[in-house]
Amino acid sequence: MFEALLAMSAIAIVLGAVLGYSAIKFRVEGNPLADKIDAILPQTQCGQCGFPGCRPYADAIANGTAEINMCPPGGEEGIHKLADLLGVEFKPFGAGVEPKPKAVAFIDENTCIGCTLCIQACPVDAITGAAKQMHTIIAAECTGCELCLAPCPVDCIIMLVSEEKVSNWKWKYPMYALSPAR
Amino acid sequence: MKQRYQFHGGVHPAANKTQSTQTPIARAALPSHLVIPFRQHAGEAAKPVVQAGEYVLKGQLIGAAVGSISSSIHAPTSGTISAIDSQTVVHPSGLPDLCATLIPDGKDEWIEHHAVDYRNLSQLELRQHLRRCGIVGLGGATFPSDIKLRALKSPPGKNTGILIINGAECEPYITCDDMLMRERADEIVRGTDMLRFALSAGEVLIGIEDNKPEAIAAMRRAVAESGLPFEVVAVPTIYPGGSAKHLIRVLTGLEVPSGKLPTDIGVQCFNVATTYSIHRALDHGEPLISRIVTVTGNVAQPQNFEVLIGTPILELVAQAGNKPDTNRHIIGGPMMGVQIPSDTVTLTKATNCIIASSPALFPPLPPTLPCIRCTRCAEVCPVELQPQDLYWYAKAKDFAKTQAFSLFDCIECGACSYVCPSHIPLVDYYRFAKSEVRARDAEKQAADKARIRHEFRELRIEREKQEKAEKLAAKEKAAMAAKQAAPAPAAPQTDPENTVQMKIQAAIEHAKEQAAAVKPKNTETLTPEQQADIAEIEARRARIRELASSHVEQPKEN
Repeated sequence: MFEALLAMSAIAIVLGAVLGYSAIKFRVEGNPLADKIDAILPQTQCGQCGFPGCRPYADAIANGTAEINMCPPGGEEGIHKLADLLGVEFKPFGAGVEPKPKAVAFIDENTCIGCTLCIQACPVDAITGAAKQMHTIIAAECTGCELCLAPCPVDCIIMLVSEEKVSNWKWKYPMYALSPAR
Repeated sequence: MKQRYQFHGGVHPAANKTQSTQTPIARAALPSHLVIPFRQHAGEAAKPVVQAGEYVLKGQLIGAAVGSISSSIHAPTSGTISAIDSQTVVHPSGLPDLCATLIPDGKDEWIEHHAVDYRNLSQLELRQHLRRCGIVGLGGATFPSDIKLRALKSPPGKNTGILIINGAECEPYITCDDMLMRERADEIVRGTDMLRFALSAGEVLIGIEDNKPEAIAAMRRAVAESGLPFEVVAVPTIYPGGSAKHLIRVLTGLEVPSGKLPTDIGVQCFNVATTYSIHRALDHGEPLISRIVTVTGNVAQPQNFEVLIGTPILELVAQAGNKPDTNRHIIGGPMMGVQIPSDTVTLTKATNCIIASSPALFPPLPPTLPCIRCTRCAEVCPVELQPQDLYWYAKAKDFAKTQAFSLFDCIECGACSYVCPSHIPLVDYYRFAKSEVRARDAEKQAADKARIRHEFRELRIEREKQEKAEKLAAKEKAAMAAKQAAPAPAAPQTDPENTVQMKIQAAIEHAKEQAAAVKPKNTETLTPEQQADIAEIEARRARIRELASSHVEQPKEN
């Protein structure tokens, strides 16, 4: 009886020591789950989820403190991907939250006064310009987050929905009528 | 006799080629107007270099190549550019794209052009000349030819690269390459010699399907007369034997690996029409402004025309004789072609055939039925894919799975749709899946770029904050030092209290100096993160010191 207890405790101590050691030795820096979630998020950095950027939202999802249906730019497909990754049920967007078509900001250069407020707001440095100089959106870098719209004192920024062109056109999902069963 | 090899699958649709080979190539009449798209090739669209209202000569550059994969666009005849705007182009989307509209003046006056001595040109100059002449692959892919003209490496087990001239023309109805080889074999052979020279290829094989005996005979005669060591090989007629990768397989037994190019195995392949236009570009200095087009199907006299690029398609069809029951027009062959999106579209460099279609000629397909998993598509797939699985996953939008089943090796030949007993438009699904995958990849790249830019911005803001704090701390320190230095000499020396204070002050100063002189030993090999941490702590300390001094000293002074 006593030997058995002794043996079991010895084993427990040894295994505990091994586990403790490996927890220190093989410690993973950062949260790998948050990285995976961040890879799914669209990186618009728009803050529509209520977090200051995609990474904080990814961290919040990983901690279990945020829902997966708070990212409109990711679309329903994004929610599906997050649901698959986390092994949870798909959750539709709440009422009033809807993904918008992809757009890029455009500055009306005739109205712009060169105040730099939009430059400070842009999360991806997609606006060039300087104080009292013309500001311009670098369309290729713009994520369409709309964060530059609110600070503009003269409302000279508009969102242009990306048009379908020959260069970015996609083949559509084939649709055909099924024949009725005879 | 050259040994030939086989590839998996393939189909034998009715050829329907003889209808359009009864008469020689006719020169199409000068059209009322020409609409020349600036995007007629794979890669970047050309940039307009003329303005509306400008008079241009035949062969004058109107669109310059931009970027690494691009080609030039030229005026097909002399006349006035009436507009440069967006117009519907031959594209499955039916969307408008930038085009130049040219009103011919009827003089057909050439711009100055002359032959180039290609043997004395460097590789780079030769490629630049072809790029300036707007030479692109005329077999259908319209890939800029200049990019393909790099010296070939040798295939395994050989000393020199292999040049293949593709005259297979496997798709039903199309006969433009057939007629070109029959009538202009000598020019094709000269173009071939130029390509062989540019590529330093050792072996030259001209592959022609055996349903074109006249073309084979004409090419054999031309090769024999030229005395060049080219071999004209008759290959078995099977669709899609004219696909570059399949012709390479049939002629050499070499297989182009998945995701690789023919050049990776030391083979380069050019279409006969491309070869002919390369001859025109080098021996005559002419840019690519016209091509041979088959007009066939439901027309009075199916035949081949030499047509200026930009000719309205319906004007061209009318020259072969319209028939009243024509209900639509197909660009390309019946297997891979697309229906023209609008009656105004014009001919591009890629247009090899126009089929006037009628309900009698191409009856509407019977209704689509569910897939019965008969795997007939897998039997005919020339790339040895599993079309039924690809269809399954594309339909379910499981794009990761479609890629796992080598979706991008699909050449969209349509053999699977052709044999499908359920009449499922299989290729439409593959095209849909391919463009979705491409769009997603592009989105992913954009997201990654945005992430990097955002992270960099965060970092920069943090760094700026730190630098500001450091600067402030340094300023504070300097101010304090000045404050301490200034009142000291001004204080009366005799005051014993002051002397004591000064002594204390001096002691503090001394201690401070000592502290500054002692260099911590563990700060020499610090990582940037650690240094940043230290700097942050220092800044915080400076701030606390500043707060402490302002809170403690001020009441004393008051």
